[in-house]
Amino acid sequence: MSAVLPYLLSGISVGGQYALIAIGYTMVYGILRLINFAHGDVFMVAGVMMVYLSASLPLYISMPLVLILTVLIGFAIERVAYKPLRSAPRMSVMISAIGVSYLLQNLCAYITGGLAQQYPTVPGISNTVTIGNATTKVVTIVTPFLVIALVVALVLLINHTKIGMAMRAVAKDYDTAQLMGIKYNAVISATFVIGSFLAAVGSVLYFTNYTAVTYTSGAMPGLKAFVAAVFGGIGSIPGAVIGAFIIGISENIMKGLEAILGAMGLSVNVGLATFSDAVTFALLIIILVVKPTGLFGEKATEKV
Amino acid sequence: MKTSKKLLALVLAAAMMVCMLAGCGSSASEAPASAAAADSAAGSAAPAASGDKVIKIGVFEPASGDNGAGGKQETLGIQYANQECPTVEIGGETYTVELDIVDNQSSTDKAPSAAQQLVNDGCSIVLGSYGSGVSIAASDIFKNGGVPAMGVTCTNPQVTEGNDHYFRICFLDPFQGTVLANYAYNTLGARKAYSLSKLGDDYSVGVCNYFDEAFKALGGEIVSDQFPDGNTDFTSYVSNAKSSACDVFFAPVSIEAAANIIDQVYAQGLTIPLLASDTWDSNVVAEAATGKDLSISVTTFYQEGANTAFDEGFKKWLNSDSTAMANNGGNDMIAAVSAMGYDAYYTALEALKAAGSPDPAAVMAALPGVTYTGVSGNIAFGENGDANRNSAIIKKVNCETGVWEFVSEATVE
Amino acid sequence: MKTIENKRGMLITAIIIVAFYLFVAISEPLAPSNWSMLFTVLKKGSIYALIAVSMNLLNGFTGLFSLGQAGFMLLGAYTYGILTIPVADRASVYQYFDGGVVQFALPMIVAVILAGLVAAFFAYLIGLPVLRLKSDYLAIATLGFAEIIRAVFQWNVLGPITNGSNLLRKFPYFTSTLSYLIVVGICVAAILLLINSSYGRAFKAIREDEVAAEAMGINLAKHKMLAFCISSFFAGIGGALLAMYQTSVQASIFKSAMTYEILLIVVIGGIGSISGSVIASFLYIACSEWWLRFLDNETILSTAGRTRFIVVMAVIFVALLAMMIFRIVKPKNKEKKRGRYITGGVVSAGVLVWLAIFAATGATKVPLLRNGFRMVVFSVIIMIIVLFFSQGLMGTKELPDLFRKRAKKAEKEAAK
Repeated sequence: MSAVLPYLLSGISVGGQYALIAIGYTMVYGILRLINFAHGDVFMVAGVMMVYLSASLPLYISMPLVLILTVLIGFAIERVAYKPLRSAPRMSVMISAIGVSYLLQNLCAYITGGLAQQYPTVPGISNTVTIGNATTKVVTIVTPFLVIALVVALVLLINHTKIGMAMRAVAKDYDTAQLMGIKYNAVISATFVIGSFLAAVGSVLYFTNYTAVTYTSGAMPGLKAFVAAVFGGIGSIPGAVIGAFIIGISENIMKGLEAILGAMGLSVNVGLATFSDAVTFALLIIILVVKPTGLFGEKATEKV
Repeated sequence: MKTSKKLLALVLAAAMMVCMLAGCGSSASEAPASAAAADSAAGSAAPAASGDKVIKIGVFEPASGDNGAGGKQETLGIQYANQECPTVEIGGETYTVELDIVDNQSSTDKAPSAAQQLVNDGCSIVLGSYGSGVSIAASDIFKNGGVPAMGVTCTNPQVTEGNDHYFRICFLDPFQGTVLANYAYNTLGARKAYSLSKLGDDYSVGVCNYFDEAFKALGGEIVSDQFPDGNTDFTSYVSNAKSSACDVFFAPVSIEAAANIIDQVYAQGLTIPLLASDTWDSNVVAEAATGKDLSISVTTFYQEGANTAFDEGFKKWLNSDSTAMANNGGNDMIAAVSAMGYDAYYTALEALKAAGSPDPAAVMAALPGVTYTGVSGNIAFGENGDANRNSAIIKKVNCETGVWEFVSEATVE
Repeated sequence: MKTIENKRGMLITAIIIVAFYLFVAISEPLAPSNWSMLFTVLKKGSIYALIAVSMNLLNGFTGLFSLGQAGFMLLGAYTYGILTIPVADRASVYQYFDGGVVQFALPMIVAVILAGLVAAFFAYLIGLPVLRLKSDYLAIATLGFAEIIRAVFQWNVLGPITNGSNLLRKFPYFTSTLSYLIVVGICVAAILLLINSSYGRAFKAIREDEVAAEAMGINLAKHKMLAFCISSFFAGIGGALLAMYQTSVQASIFKSAMTYEILLIVVIGGIGSISGSVIASFLYIACSEWWLRFLDNETILSTAGRTRFIVVMAVIFVALLAMMIFRIVKPKNKEKKRGRYITGGVVSAGVLVWLAIFAATGATKVPLLRNGFRMVVFSVIIMIIVLFFSQGLMGTKELPDLFRKRAKKAEKEAAK
């Protein structure tokens, strides 16, 4: 067990960060049926903004400012790039998302000069602690708890407030929801605001842990988070969170599999760590084939 | 639909016009587009008086992608040298040297068109690239275009092997791997090494391969892993190194990954020394290590302080040019690749002088006989067009001050 | 739509294509060296055209949303590379694997066809489980497969075959642009024939409505699989050509970003238009790797050049702005199109402000131009196309349709 512990810890930490991004994917997909490819890049932009803002402002100003700006960016992306295409085929909207992702990446590449930027140290969570035989940063420990707290808050919001009810209604059937007087666009904006906010929080946690911010930093976490969202059943928030933890843990176990097997007396040396990314995709495909709507996905009603 | 079509046509036409205009604009204006050079020269006499003959040196370097940071620093050395010596005497005539800088985006699928652009523009010689993969992908473009190329810091043997048109002024991976293994085994006293390379990156996999071979030959033991592209979480790899009780952590990977590795090695309390190759020789690494109790050593081409005239001039230039400073990562520490770029430029000028003509074919013919004593040592091309380099510099980060310190100069018999 | 005979359109299109091939065939050996960029762009453009068309066959004509193209290209590129490296060179290519295990070399054409077949075979294996999935799920599953394939090919244990993370190189390649164009031309023609056959009609039926198609007696599983394998076959051939173009192969470039790039081309050209995909590929490659490259360099203009630059830019964008304002004030028909005029106005106004600043400061260095600006401008252009021309360049039309007689068009409109 002690051999597995460090991998489990990193897996949980990584999973928590994926979870915060995955919620953004899953909420948007639930309502718009859109894979928001730009979401991972919004997360990256939050990191880049933090680097630049914290260079001239104290942390207690720059951090809230980053959260606000990220939310605004998320809102603006929806209004500019997705709203005009609401009646267009779904493929067009998705291409628009890819286009936004391209634009954000290239813009950040231009601004940062393509160089890795060092993320500022956040007091408190950047320190290191030791648990058992594993040493890690405080942020690693904090992340899962923060994620769970945020998710509980989010689920409460969705189940017990008016806007939450509207979101559920739109996700279920947007035509009918519209007929019932629900302001469709306001609901969608709210979704993007929440998603971007969580992505910004996620970026603080993520980049405190992995301090180099580059313009491609959002791509892989974004893809993994999306996989997590699909894995858990896209549209379901608890599903996205659980999916993210499963993806995070399995990925890290794979990285350490040879060491773990070694500790158990099995000597394998074929470079299994090579497949740390592939294993997440393999899991995804298996779950899709066995249960096409993901772990917690509702069975979609086929509209003919 | 009809109006939109017209509009599109108009926009496209406008865009094309602008392109062409900018194209002739820059060629019609005699002051060349040599990036930073003109910045400082803008006020004073323009480097190229009208009527002068212009010769083009291609700079084939990544400015984006995985190797963007290193490519930019290498370009800086070339730009500084060009700014210092913007003309060359060829066959009794003075030519203005114009740098033609293209971005190969660190990607083998974007490299051919970038290289072709240089051939198309009529470069007499091409310098670069940082990163061996792109150099190999572009190699045949230069060959078919009849343009000689000079690798500055691409260390993979395959770049020059079997090619008459590709030269190189730095040492090679087999040499570097052996030096590193000797250093790990003899100086650091390691008996079990953890070697981490990036999946799909021929450079890091190659260096690790030679390191592993040499280290095993010395009687050491190797534990190796490869991490996938886009990976930022190295904690599990650090755990692997820890649990397998290795004595040294060898990771010749890109600078971005380096910063994360250093941070996580420290956070996880791994105390074994870190060892890497020339890619880590960067102020980014030194900065990331500052204030952390770690031992980080690398092999490299140049150590700041070896040539004070160059050091001072380069720093002065960096400080006077904000773009150059930003490309160097925001401070004025000198990367070894910049020194190599500087030497490459002067070696190219020597070749041009020796050729007596700006004709690429003549330059190619003249190159094997060119010798030059640069800030990084003597350059003379031997077998395969590789410079005869038999020593590498080993340096170490001083984690209190955050600067690189010279350790030793290593050779292999 | 294609019921009306369009001989004139076909004829003009045929003339254009023949003229294009003739132009390349004649000009390439004669052209001066500063034309070489054109041919490089034509090579890569034609390769991307084939891959985009193969993707369009799947996404545009069959309605199967697959994002696995990069994976199939990788399979094709590696198959070609592994099978054609001359035996004498294998020791140096497989330098870490003692020359590798494959110790023979096939002729180029055989290897190219095998590249397609291997990709198609893997597509068959992958298709068995995943083709049952619907839309986005299929997309993400195929994307996942592409990533897995990439990891497998980089795996060190398979090094004796794939050379692990190292490049495959030294294999033979086409040197003339015409050879690429011919191979691509044959493949695209084959796809065209397929689309206009009964299979093609079945594909389109599946795209329009799966349930109805099945009711009409179309075997869904069989036709989907067929489309998937054929598309992958051509993607594999495209991959082999890409390997030739690069003169080397490395698995690390076949990322999902490459698939997105091709998807963008398909959409820019028009989903469901073969000629659209082809034209868009050439434009895309030319813009991103050639025409816009000057934006990456800091440019210093001479005084005369500067004045000329400012004047011409000002004229173009003032005209554009005026046109936009005119359209906004006097909307022609549909209110909906106002957005694009407003955006156009804002963009041109932005350029004018930038120009005014440039003119006012008296600097000779063109502002903003530095490394990376090319890609920013390029992505802005893409966004404009995606947002305002969501039909793409060609919509669902083909090249011959553009040359249809106007009278006939009017007739058709009246008939509606």
